[in-house]
Amino acid sequence: MDLRTSGGPASAKEKEAVDSVISKLEKPSSVETNGKIAHVSHGIPFDNKGGQRDLLLPALHAIQERIGWISHGALDYLSLQLGVPPAETYGVASFYAMFSLEETPSTVIHACDDIACRAAKNADPAAFMNDKYGEPNSDLNGLMWIRSPCLGRCEEGSAALVQRAGEPHRRILLAPVDASSLADEMRKPSDQWTSTDSARVPQRGTDASALRLLKRVGVVDPLSIDSYRSHGGYEPLRRALDIGPENVIREIKDAKLMGRGGAAFPTAVKWESVARNSVRPHYFVCNADESEPGTFKDRVIMEQDPFSIVEGLTIAGFATGSEKGYIYIRGEYPLGEERISNAVSMAMKKGLLGRNIMGRGFDFDIEVRRGAGAYIAGEETALFNSIEGKRAEPRNKPPFPAQAGLFNKPTGVNNVETLINVLEILSIGGPDFAQIGTPDSTGTRLFCLSGSVNNPGLYEAPFGIKLGELLDMAGGITAGKALKTILLGGAAGSFVGPDQLDIRLSFEGVRAAGVTLGSGVIMVFDQDADMDQVILRIAQFFREESCGQCVPCRVGTQRLEELLTRIVNGTTMGSRNDELALLGKVSTVMRESSICGLGQTAANAVESAFKLGLAGG
Amino acid sequence: MNDGIAVAIRRSVKITLDGKEVAAPEGSSILQTCRSHGIDIPTLCYLENLTPVNTCRLCMVEVEGSRTLVPSCSRKIESGMVIRTDSQRVSDSRKMVLELLASSVDMSIVSPELGAWMERYQVDKERFGPLAAPSQIGDRGKTRAGHHHKNDGTIAATVAEPTRVDNNQYVRDYSRCVLCYRCVEACGTDAQNTFAIALGGRGFEAHITTEFDVALPESACVYCGNCVAVCPTNALMFKIEHDLRQVSKWDESKQTITRTICPYCGVGCNLEIHEQDNRIVKVTSPLDHDVTHGMLCVKGRFGFEFING
Repeated sequence: MDLRTSGGPASAKEKEAVDSVISKLEKPSSVETNGKIAHVSHGIPFDNKGGQRDLLLPALHAIQERIGWISHGALDYLSLQLGVPPAETYGVASFYAMFSLEETPSTVIHACDDIACRAAKNADPAAFMNDKYGEPNSDLNGLMWIRSPCLGRCEEGSAALVQRAGEPHRRILLAPVDASSLADEMRKPSDQWTSTDSARVPQRGTDASALRLLKRVGVVDPLSIDSYRSHGGYEPLRRALDIGPENVIREIKDAKLMGRGGAAFPTAVKWESVARNSVRPHYFVCNADESEPGTFKDRVIMEQDPFSIVEGLTIAGFATGSEKGYIYIRGEYPLGEERISNAVSMAMKKGLLGRNIMGRGFDFDIEVRRGAGAYIAGEETALFNSIEGKRAEPRNKPPFPAQAGLFNKPTGVNNVETLINVLEILSIGGPDFAQIGTPDSTGTRLFCLSGSVNNPGLYEAPFGIKLGELLDMAGGITAGKALKTILLGGAAGSFVGPDQLDIRLSFEGVRAAGVTLGSGVIMVFDQDADMDQVILRIAQFFREESCGQCVPCRVGTQRLEELLTRIVNGTTMGSRNDELALLGKVSTVMRESSICGLGQTAANAVESAFKLGLAGG
Repeated sequence: MNDGIAVAIRRSVKITLDGKEVAAPEGSSILQTCRSHGIDIPTLCYLENLTPVNTCRLCMVEVEGSRTLVPSCSRKIESGMVIRTDSQRVSDSRKMVLELLASSVDMSIVSPELGAWMERYQVDKERFGPLAAPSQIGDRGKTRAGHHHKNDGTIAATVAEPTRVDNNQYVRDYSRCVLCYRCVEACGTDAQNTFAIALGGRGFEAHITTEFDVALPESACVYCGNCVAVCPTNALMFKIEHDLRQVSKWDESKQTITRTICPYCGVGCNLEIHEQDNRIVKVTSPLDHDVTHGMLCVKGRFGFEFING
């Protein structure tokens, strides 16, 4: 195909960055340039199906981390190498918050400006950055700070993600930080920055025997496959290989496992429909794009027990007859990515991935992919598009992933937490697993407790536990404070009042109460919380994270933010009731007519806050 | 003897449409089925010669058993489906979708059908407050994804910006752009395979753009004008029409349309020559024409200046 470019030439360093990703694989057979028109011969179709377009995000990451921004020349060069039209490459790059398309200081601090960090005991990062450095987005001698959505360190609060470009380049997620500790850290060379990877699992000290999914967290060496194996690791895979794919799925069915990603779909049904699909190849994707505000469970597993995810995905691949697995990790989790990548390569070395796994004739590879700052990429079909090197716009369903998913092939996709449940099921057997929890919500669930509780952290409890019991496990409300409300399920969830602590945290329990478990978020707000600002922030979050594809969500999230701003500022159009009626109409169209779950749930928390009388005076 | 001859036998599927049982060929969309039964469904991003992207969410209908409404343009009918196209739920959704659009996009020059639908649903474009003033060209595109400018809520944000006039063939007024993706599809695999434009940015700042927003003459654009032909809201407009409208001389009532065949090559594209005041003001091609499906190349579309000259 002919591609026309419009920028200048790429620098040697920019070319090197692109080549570091693409030269590993087959390059186009020829790129002939004649002025600004290049003939790219790939022997692949125009739309890159089956081509190398899926290297677009990895290559954009390579340019971003080495150069600090993506210039026109670099973008053109990358486009030519992959045979992707420059306009499309630009469309992709401009979709993701972690890519900069204008010259940017080499150090960028993403200061968490989301509800959990604002509500945490520590200082609000965006506020202290603003005090120290002034308004965001300006060049402060090679450093720039910008506001960030939730960074998944809610149990500690005061989180910041630092991207430093150049050689060496580094990304690090720090928490808790304050203005001076962050400034001290930034003065050091980046290889001396110290990651704080403390995993707050308070039950470890008090009730370790209750831990099933978290049993190895804080116990094993996350870098060592031997340590993992000496704690029961790879026994479930051995059992899976012994009993065969159909029986693995039967165990999952007996266990009545439901997906933990939010939709609570029966895992066995999903696996079975992929396994039975005659179209080849099959793929299996682990969704580790955890971005729901208030959620940090998947990060803790990735950082502390990475092999369990690799093993869980391998079993899923085996059961569904998949040739290849992908783990898509949000770009804000550098340590999680590092440890997962290490786990994949260790497993490969030990014959637990690759060809003829455990000598049993099963072949399976795993590729790790990095997100680039887009909450919507956690929607499964948007995630496929992102892996394929496209804008993370959700697809319309049907077709469902099991019919036509990644690269339009039958694809299984599960959240991190769902996959590690599979290990437990194969260890104790499906029927025994089904005895845990309630009859309709089996097993245990991970809960992310943050905000005004004495012991914030990651908790594991059988389904059916009362909300109040879980709060007690976390040491109750911060001393001297009174409970105002709890955000259940994340920004896409809903607020519940102090009189609802008897809600049973099971799929049927929350359904009866008209709320959702979502991603297991339990964010606690005390009497001092400024709820107006909290709900406004939630509305802004969805406004910023909407992909913009469909009208109800693209314009609806904008109008919702404007409407809440008016209510909070007391500048309503007409009466407050008029505004609430309008809110109802906007949220209805978003719920009924948006393409995906983002738009469909974006107004939930806001509406629940008004129902509880929490907001707007 | 059937070798090489595809005999398409489409089974018939029974569904219930607004309370009436009807049969339609398997594989039809809900929209096709409705239209063939005389049911009017408003559409915006849908065009029969392009792949449905179902982003405008105007054609939503109710399907029994579905939690949400369903886009009729892309959803295929299934045996036993119970569909309602006329419920309160459906018309509330359509009204609100149109109001969300009209509050953010200039929809003052749209097709007669779209105009009629806006009237039918009594669209109030100022429902969310007075509309914001235009921004500078290119400003919306410069916003980093996830970092928007917050307003105080008393004015409704819009996509308004000045018209881009950077070539002699057509102009781009993104104030009128509803992001239906039609132009991107026509420029891409659905017709032209030129890929000069794409969706850039995210959320409310999503917009149609060339790479780094370069002007069209620097982009890959080949001026086939197919993007203009498929645009439903005149965000893309031929330069002649734009210029005539600027001086209030564009008058469709004075125009005649003559159908002919393009003389430039042997493909046989049908042309519709739009003439006003003894001057060719626009060239289109019928959507239902076997050869063009509404698409032309630069010669057929723009190669008429020598006549006017």
